[in-house]
Amino acid sequence: MTLVYLEISDGKIKKSGFEALNFAHKLGEDVIAVAIGSIADTTLLAEAGKYGASRVVYIAQPEFENNTYASLLSAAASQLGSNTVVISGTYSGKAIAPRVAVKLQAAIISGVVDLPADNAFKKGVFSGKAFAFVQTNASKKVITLTPNSFNIEEIGTEVSVENMSFDNNSQTPLTKSIEKIKAGGKIPLTEAEVVVSAGRGMKGPENWGMIEELADLLGAATACSKPVSDMHWRSHNEHVGQTGITIKPNLYIAIGISGAIQHLAGVSSSKVIVAINKDPEAPFFKVADYGIVGDAFEVIPQLINAAKTLNKA
Amino acid sequence: MKILVCLSVVPDTTTKITFTDNDTKFNTTGVTWIMNPYDEMALTRALELTEQHTGSVTAITVGLADTEAVIRKALAVGATEAVRVNAAPIDAFQVASEIASYASTANFDLIFTGRESIDYNGGLVAGLLAEMLNLPSVNVVTKIDVNDSVAKLERDIDGGREVLECSLPLVLSAQKEFAEPRIPNMRGIMAARTKPLSIIEPAAANTITFAKFELPKAKQGVKMINADNAGALIELLHNEAKVI
Ligand SMILES: Cc1cc2nc3c(=O)[nH]c(=O)nc-3n(C[C@H](O)[C@H](O)[C@H](O)COP(=O)(O)OP(=O)(O)OC[C@H]3O[C@@H](n4cnc5c(N)ncnc54)[C@H](O)[C@@H]3O)c2cc1C
Repeated sequence: MTLVYLEISDGKIKKSGFEALNFAHKLGEDVIAVAIGSIADTTLLAEAGKYGASRVVYIAQPEFENNTYASLLSAAASQLGSNTVVISGTYSGKAIAPRVAVKLQAAIISGVVDLPADNAFKKGVFSGKAFAFVQTNASKKVITLTPNSFNIEEIGTEVSVENMSFDNNSQTPLTKSIEKIKAGGKIPLTEAEVVVSAGRGMKGPENWGMIEELADLLGAATACSKPVSDMHWRSHNEHVGQTGITIKPNLYIAIGISGAIQHLAGVSSSKVIVAINKDPEAPFFKVADYGIVGDAFEVIPQLINAAKTLNKA
Repeated sequence: MKILVCLSVVPDTTTKITFTDNDTKFNTTGVTWIMNPYDEMALTRALELTEQHTGSVTAITVGLADTEAVIRKALAVGATEAVRVNAAPIDAFQVASEIASYASTANFDLIFTGRESIDYNGGLVAGLLAEMLNLPSVNVVTKIDVNDSVAKLERDIDGGREVLECSLPLVLSAQKEFAEPRIPNMRGIMAARTKPLSIIEPAAANTITFAKFELPKAKQGVKMINADNAGALIELLHNEAKVI
């Protein structure tokens, strides 16, 4: 039996949880979804059945803290008799997964991007420059998935939600949350399907208005190259690349970014790449699907107009 | 304050990645090895904290003799001592087990790792170590200050950041912004030669193996759109690529 951790955010199941359910379902064994958190209307969790869960278990626990959540998830895995635990690799997923692995004495494989073939799990290595096929002989496994690696399909119907609680658990949080501060952008970069990214070619932070406008029209998150965040033109949360965030959206639009190897490392798994650069020799064109050689300040307004027309259609 | 910093030695960021032996081994020919960038930030912040509060910084790496140049660099920028566990690092579990058994012999107030190593991108060592040592942990930390054995931290969370508090000892993984790396000077390099570097023999076994590697598929070639008719791109993305 495979256990899937469902992350709850703003009272809902996170999209990455549906991906994890689809993945787990395709591993072939029964899937039990375990949601931990605080959710007013637990019937919302029944939806997990549509994406592959045959049972849904809810454990009420107010504040996220990695040790508490890992203890509860491991306790559930032991009680339900699960040998494989699947966790989406969001920041909080990544914080609990290694603890669960140690508690269950399981092997852990992180950053998986595909279903296993010949018992090997495919994962991204060298920050997107390559993939590795990883095997383990361990009888128990914890697997974390790279978000946005799987298409989400409906494969079942809603199931009823069971409550579960553990009282003999050491549930005192080890860290204390003081404050949570939302990032400026409306769509979190790691979950975005479309990303509009800009580099030093934009000349200065005052020119980002048009980047944000285009992103808004396309329902995209915004990102940037390293020098842009180093110069504090944009927040470091937007820095993508080898030393920033690795992303794999369906569409990545790079504007005024040269395409240095360290930048490409973090974005080259994007499904479709667009490069917009005034230099026809810019390395980004070598990895792009669509390209425009031109001045960003002339190209972006045209894209904004076309996006407005498309949105009206 | 006693701080342990875990260092991983990785290929330089400009390395062109290729494989040998039928794609089963990473081709290390001509590769320049560096200190993992996030670990370097962790090391720098550790040095700053001990300068502020007094204390010592121990740098530890699980690696073979060829990692010593990087360990010497850690000593040259100011680490007090270094430890090398004499094993090829294969998986995070093995690395964390080795470091945990060393760390359990000394009372560290803080244990720092990088957010992830830029070669195998596990991002697991901090969490594994914390659980093995029964300590609190905070991942992707951008800021830490310590006052009277309580750390105030900031970390990245999905869609924002979080401010937290935690009593020492604790384990954390460093994210960009944590500190600006330092460049070793001549005096530091000379001093590093006489600083203690202990080598300990490994005890843990690996739990996973790398069966094969693969490079991403090459792109079909780029379709160019004229800059005077840039709006056509939006239409292609909608009708042809179907991504918007
Ligand atoms: C250890 C290390 C780690 C690194 N990690 C990262 C990383 O994670 N992410 C990252 O991004 N970088 C990283 N880098 C930096 C990387 O090597 C490049 O320096 C960086 O990506 C360049 O950013 P850029 O393309 O925005 O700027 P530039 O290289 O300055 O390129 C600007 C581009 O804009 C174009 N341009 C200028 N004006 C216009 C205009 N009006 N219209 C259209 N195009 C225009 C230019 O032709 C040029 O191609 C790293 C470097 C090192 C050494």
